[in-house]
Amino acid sequence: MKDSIDSHVTADGRTIGGVLMEMRDITLRFGGVVAIKGISFDIREGEIRAIIGPNGAGKSSMLNVISGFYHPQEGDVFFRGEKRPTMRPYEVARMGIARTFQNIALFEGMSVLDNIMTGRLTHMNSGILSQALWWGRAQKEETANREVIEKVIDFLEIQSIRKTPVGRLPYGLKKRVELGRALAAEPKLLLLDEPMAGMNVEEKEDMSRFILDVNDEFGTTIALIEHDMGVVMDLSDRVVVMDYGKKIGDGTPDEVRNNQQVIDAYLGVAHD
Amino acid sequence: MIYREAGDFSTTYEADSQTFPIKFDRYRYYLVLAIAFGVIPFLVNDYWANAVLVPFLIYAIAAIGLNILTGYCGQVSLGTGGFMAVGAYAAYKLMTAFPDVSIIIHVLLAGGITAGVGVLFGLPSLRIKGFYLAVATLAAQFFLVWLFNRVPWFYNHSASGQISAPERTVIGIPVTGPNTEAWAQYLICLVFVFACAWLARNLTRGKLGRTWMAIRDMDIAAEIIGVNPLAAKLSAFAVSSFFIGIAGALFFAVYLGAVEVGEVFGIQKSFLVLFMIIIGGLGSIFGSFAGAAFLVLLPVLLKNILVGSLGWSTDLAAHFEFVIVGAMIIAFLIMEPHGLAQLWRVAKEKLRLWPFPH
Amino acid sequence: MPDQLLYAMEVTLNGLMAGVLYALVALGFVLIFKASGIFNYAQGVMALFAALTLVGIMDGQVPFAVLINAVFGTEIHNFGWEVPAILAIFLTLLVMCALAWCVQKFVMRHLVNQEPIILFMATIGLAYFLEGFGDLMWGADIKKLDVGLPQGLNDTIDQVTYGWFGYGFFIDNLDIFATVIAAILVIGLTIFSQYSKQGRALRAVADDHQAALSVGISLNYIWVLVWSIAGFVALVAGIMWGTKSGVQFSLSLIALKALPVLMLGGFTSIPGAIVGGLIIGVGEKLFEFLIGPMVGGATENWFAYVLALLFLVFRPQGLFGEKIIERV
Repeated sequence: MKDSIDSHVTADGRTIGGVLMEMRDITLRFGGVVAIKGISFDIREGEIRAIIGPNGAGKSSMLNVISGFYHPQEGDVFFRGEKRPTMRPYEVARMGIARTFQNIALFEGMSVLDNIMTGRLTHMNSGILSQALWWGRAQKEETANREVIEKVIDFLEIQSIRKTPVGRLPYGLKKRVELGRALAAEPKLLLLDEPMAGMNVEEKEDMSRFILDVNDEFGTTIALIEHDMGVVMDLSDRVVVMDYGKKIGDGTPDEVRNNQQVIDAYLGVAHD
Repeated sequence: MIYREAGDFSTTYEADSQTFPIKFDRYRYYLVLAIAFGVIPFLVNDYWANAVLVPFLIYAIAAIGLNILTGYCGQVSLGTGGFMAVGAYAAYKLMTAFPDVSIIIHVLLAGGITAGVGVLFGLPSLRIKGFYLAVATLAAQFFLVWLFNRVPWFYNHSASGQISAPERTVIGIPVTGPNTEAWAQYLICLVFVFACAWLARNLTRGKLGRTWMAIRDMDIAAEIIGVNPLAAKLSAFAVSSFFIGIAGALFFAVYLGAVEVGEVFGIQKSFLVLFMIIIGGLGSIFGSFAGAAFLVLLPVLLKNILVGSLGWSTDLAAHFEFVIVGAMIIAFLIMEPHGLAQLWRVAKEKLRLWPFPH
Repeated sequence: MPDQLLYAMEVTLNGLMAGVLYALVALGFVLIFKASGIFNYAQGVMALFAALTLVGIMDGQVPFAVLINAVFGTEIHNFGWEVPAILAIFLTLLVMCALAWCVQKFVMRHLVNQEPIILFMATIGLAYFLEGFGDLMWGADIKKLDVGLPQGLNDTIDQVTYGWFGYGFFIDNLDIFATVIAAILVIGLTIFSQYSKQGRALRAVADDHQAALSVGISLNYIWVLVWSIAGFVALVAGIMWGTKSGVQFSLSLIALKALPVLMLGGFTSIPGAIVGGLIIGVGEKLFEFLIGPMVGGATENWFAYVLALLFLVFRPQGLFGEKIIERV
């Protein structure tokens, strides 16, 4: 396959490097139901990788495997060339993998600022005593991290809602805040689960711009699930196509678009 | 325009994250402190100290403790009475074993021991959630009370099975035992309340507070973005029990002087403190104070009106209290789940705009 | 056979009987939880309230007599008649249905779609309210309840076991009666929920509120119905416990034991409630018999809770609950 090239430059001048994460023969079952059947693919440093497929294809389950929430019965996950042992989700997060959720999973009782600050938790390590006294390390750390997230807030253009409780925000803004929380972690790999679901055209354009800017400015590797084909084809460098838990296509948007199996899956040819 | 914030600007992130960012609030807070420390000790008499002020201060500490666990971290506990008992008995054992050490140290250590016990009973919280956990904390409640009742070592083999606090002094002034004066009782509790509230505020506005709230609002998402749920929950249990232990120690040593565990630290105590934080406001330090004040004052008030003025029997007044408290709990949960603290916030919001609401 | 073993057997049998009573209270919890997802802490107090009301009606007490006397300075206590047990039970049942309607109308209807833990705390408030209300209505003194149930030593069992082992087992007639009633109730409720129209609606609501609503089932009606049935179960439990140990406040504490019963059995399973009740009943009696003397006794106060706690750590969904798959 053409993946053997170690790094190359895309048409718009971004550099795509070596393999950041590799999924090898992943199989995931819930009781008797097989959600993912022996899927392998990789994610390269600096690219935007899309996972697409009809409803129930196992895309979200795949994302959950990557973020350590589900543990596959078979197969291995390699992160930066090393096999990842079975980990709790918070340990995965500390390796530098952040994500957003299909049904927004913000902390509704907290302000926008506090929500985004939770994204920095993996970067904070002052002791409980220092925090209780609000002295020394804890206060310095608080201020330093506040500076970081203020940059994220500026980047996402949500300065005016900083102190608003998240529960009061409209849907589109919530999605943006959730992206902010993931960005605050300064992740090496950013997972986006349907970042544009339920948005109108304008909001979609905004979100696309943010995704491209994140990838471009910070060089963050992104893996995303999305249903809007137009968006996927425009944004992503490479696409994995799943159907009924199996991989039926993998390649550049153009290759995938002309793949007969993919066309069948989307246009609904009877399964035998 | 009574209450205004125009012209208040934060120019640093430190200033922005302080407890009272608005000048008006800050000055009011200083005023309350000045009155509490500088005026009330000179005015307080036995009745006010015993019926209102001292129990209010001690319950406020307990409510802050439970609020950290339930209001901030979302883990409902019905074991508060049991944990207060741990604080009381730890203080008693320490006071009688090391009579020369300061009572302040004993109370703090009692808090520490309670924190340890709290962590122990908090361990199941990783696997058990919601009301399952609430029922599991009943195990702590019943087991601890039974333990202090049945194992004579805890009450130094006293014939009555009670524990009673010997006289201890702080800078020469007795704060426990029968010779304690009202103002000394009041002042030592006030110092502890002030310290506890300050620590609690610091913990809840920073990193730890955010971890707790993240677990409360959506535990699965919290874990995926990097919160270690066990560490978050156990730290909440530890900090919460620390405060509750201090409250228990003070309740025994300073307030009552002598304690029979089943009577004082029974399950009713657990409910009382839980009701305080529901009425006062879940997830609010101020709410802990408001709720404690409310539920300490209510019986006093009812007693004065029903028994004092109308001449009803105390039994009847007590039943009325049950009905009123129960109805209020339901009413607050229906209309204002954030309690008195939220009503206060809304009132401030309105005052800010008054008299031009648009 | 050695004496110790015979005592243990007797203790076990008595534990089984006590367990049936726990199960009876637990049944009320399960019903409400299945239909509405509400963990009704007030179930125990409802049993107390039902028993109080029953005694009050039978003795012809004037409701709120103490309150009325205090307010108007009157001296009324009794109507001066006595109501036969059957009629009193029927009247109490009406009161419990009215209570169910009030709970739905004034409390639960306003808390639809709240988090379970908020609902749980609301029922704690309800428990407090009911406790005070019951005492206001009927007075707080300990009352004897006698609706004519058989009580005392069962001679037949005593003699038969004496014939077998040379040692007569002491089994209370009331316990035997309670077991029979509990069995009938369980069978009856199962038939009701499987085969009646209301039962089907009830299960539909339990499965999915929205979907049930959309096929034309009135949630309001179902919830009043289920709270009424829970009130009925509470009444039965109240009669049993009240006859056994008098109608008093501690009744609601005994009923608290139904909570660990549920944690063992799983909140959604009627057989679970029964099995859980039996395990707790036998467990705490045996523990007290075997270990109690070594640690100072009165272990019944906490045994059930600690057992449930330890059990839950290893199997959070209970004995009969389904395994929960978590999703994001």
